[in-house]
Amino acid sequence: MSNAPSIRLEDLAVGYGGRPVVSDLNIEFPGGKLSMVVGGSGCGKSTLIKHILQLHAPISGKIFMGGHDVSSISAKKQHCLRQRTGVLFQDGAMLGSLRLKDNVALPLREHTKLSEAQIMRIVQDRLEMVGLGHAMELYPNELSGGMRKRAGLARALVMDPQVLVCDEPTSGLDPIMSAELDQLLLEMMCHFDMTMVVVTHDLASMRALADFVVILGESKCLYQGTIEELEKTENPYLRHFLDRATEERTAPRLTMPPLDPSMLKLNCNKILGEKTTIRKGDRC
Amino acid sequence: MTDKTRGFSIPILFPCTICREIVDEIGGLFLFLLDSLRLIFAGRGQFAKIVRQIYFIGVQSVSVIALIGLFTGMVMGMQLYYALSVFGADGFLGTGVALSMVRELAPVLTAIMLTGRAGSAMTAEIGVMRISEQIDALTIMDINPMRYLVAPKMAACLISFPILTAFFNLIALWGGWLTGVKLLGANAGVYWSRVNGALSWDDLEGGFIKSIVFGLLVCTVCCFEGYYTHIRSGHAGPEGVSQSTTNAVVKSCVITLAADYALTSLLW
Repeated sequence: MSNAPSIRLEDLAVGYGGRPVVSDLNIEFPGGKLSMVVGGSGCGKSTLIKHILQLHAPISGKIFMGGHDVSSISAKKQHCLRQRTGVLFQDGAMLGSLRLKDNVALPLREHTKLSEAQIMRIVQDRLEMVGLGHAMELYPNELSGGMRKRAGLARALVMDPQVLVCDEPTSGLDPIMSAELDQLLLEMMCHFDMTMVVVTHDLASMRALADFVVILGESKCLYQGTIEELEKTENPYLRHFLDRATEERTAPRLTMPPLDPSMLKLNCNKILGEKTTIRKGDRC
Repeated sequence: MTDKTRGFSIPILFPCTICREIVDEIGGLFLFLLDSLRLIFAGRGQFAKIVRQIYFIGVQSVSVIALIGLFTGMVMGMQLYYALSVFGADGFLGTGVALSMVRELAPVLTAIMLTGRAGSAMTAEIGVMRISEQIDALTIMDINPMRYLVAPKMAACLISFPILTAFFNLIALWGGWLTGVKLLGANAGVYWSRVNGALSWDDLEGGFIKSIVFGLLVCTVCCFEGYYTHIRSGHAGPEGVSQSTTNAVVKSCVITLAADYALTSLLW
């Protein structure tokens, strides 16, 4: 039985400048499970996450974390809540002026009374967990995209969070690296007993990891439930969304049809007028 | 609103909108300043951050302040010598150089040089941190970004500006001596005794008050522009940061000169 808190959204509308991006959200991300928020580009996934993390105030509705309404809890509780929440941003969001070890040590230095030696032991441990034990002395700009994400994960985990939020952890990574990061997230979830909310475009990740799925689209929540129920859905939009991912995996490689040179010249002439080639005299 | 009324309302409302924006801006800057001053000694590790910022804003600016001070003093010594010798009053060279430097030029030129060297860097640094979600990351880690990023810079400006202004004064007085005495032949003893006699404690105090106020203003404007680069510049991403940096430098210089006029009226 997990002690990790659930996250409940009640009639939530989120957006910027009073303009809602997603509304009517009534969702409960179960405690101790890995939930995934999926949807097309611009559907409000990251916006929702930023509101759950209280980086922005919602337009209307409430967010409950572990049964507490986050907008009305005391400042002290809010601090506790923040210190037990880890976030992995899209590009890691590591502080560029600090070495990797100092980036990961930052929350410990700010919020604990641990000695420097103890802090360094924890930092070393977290960095080794994510496979970056050798890179402690490097600066973030000396790391690859995948390493930066893993470093961000190490920092998010350093305070033993009860809630971990990941914003597109596999975006921009090659399939092998994506699979490795998925595996790492899963291991971390088992190791730390936490509620994990992951925003992703990656349907392969969703199928591999998710206990609970939320699909956003058309400015609302289109689906919430388990992956098994989702696979059986008859909703045409969701079906298309899921089938597209399946097609992507099985589809043959697209090939260019054979070109007729005369047709090509005709098309080019239409676009560029008669002058379609650069002659010797045109060059500087 | 009908077309008929729109024609009348726009010219009436336009100045109101501008006034409201100006009041908003001043109010925002003032609250930003208060918040950063309040947080200077809040939390742990602030002293080390302040020392690092003093090194960046103060120590690394010494050479440029020395150069500007030297040439300003030399020009002032030369110009005043030519002007005063027309009336046979070249003995007052030390008085002219000392008063113009200590009261006006040293605080203003130091502030403007530091705006260009350190202020623009502060805006760019905070702006880049904003657009790359580093400030959000600090907030999520329950680290107040104002305390972590802005307050040490504010403290460093409060300490560095007066010290650099004093350094500017010394170098400029020496520069005036270099041209007035060594190059153009004024009497060295008279020059230094006039410098000594002309400056009262009020002059030095006024100069230092100016430099402290300029330090607060420059730091507030530069950090404010960087901190809110995502909602103020009208551009997203790196272009927004460059726009904010330009705005910060221009506004800091204008505000420094306006404040200089106000302070001169009040102090002397």
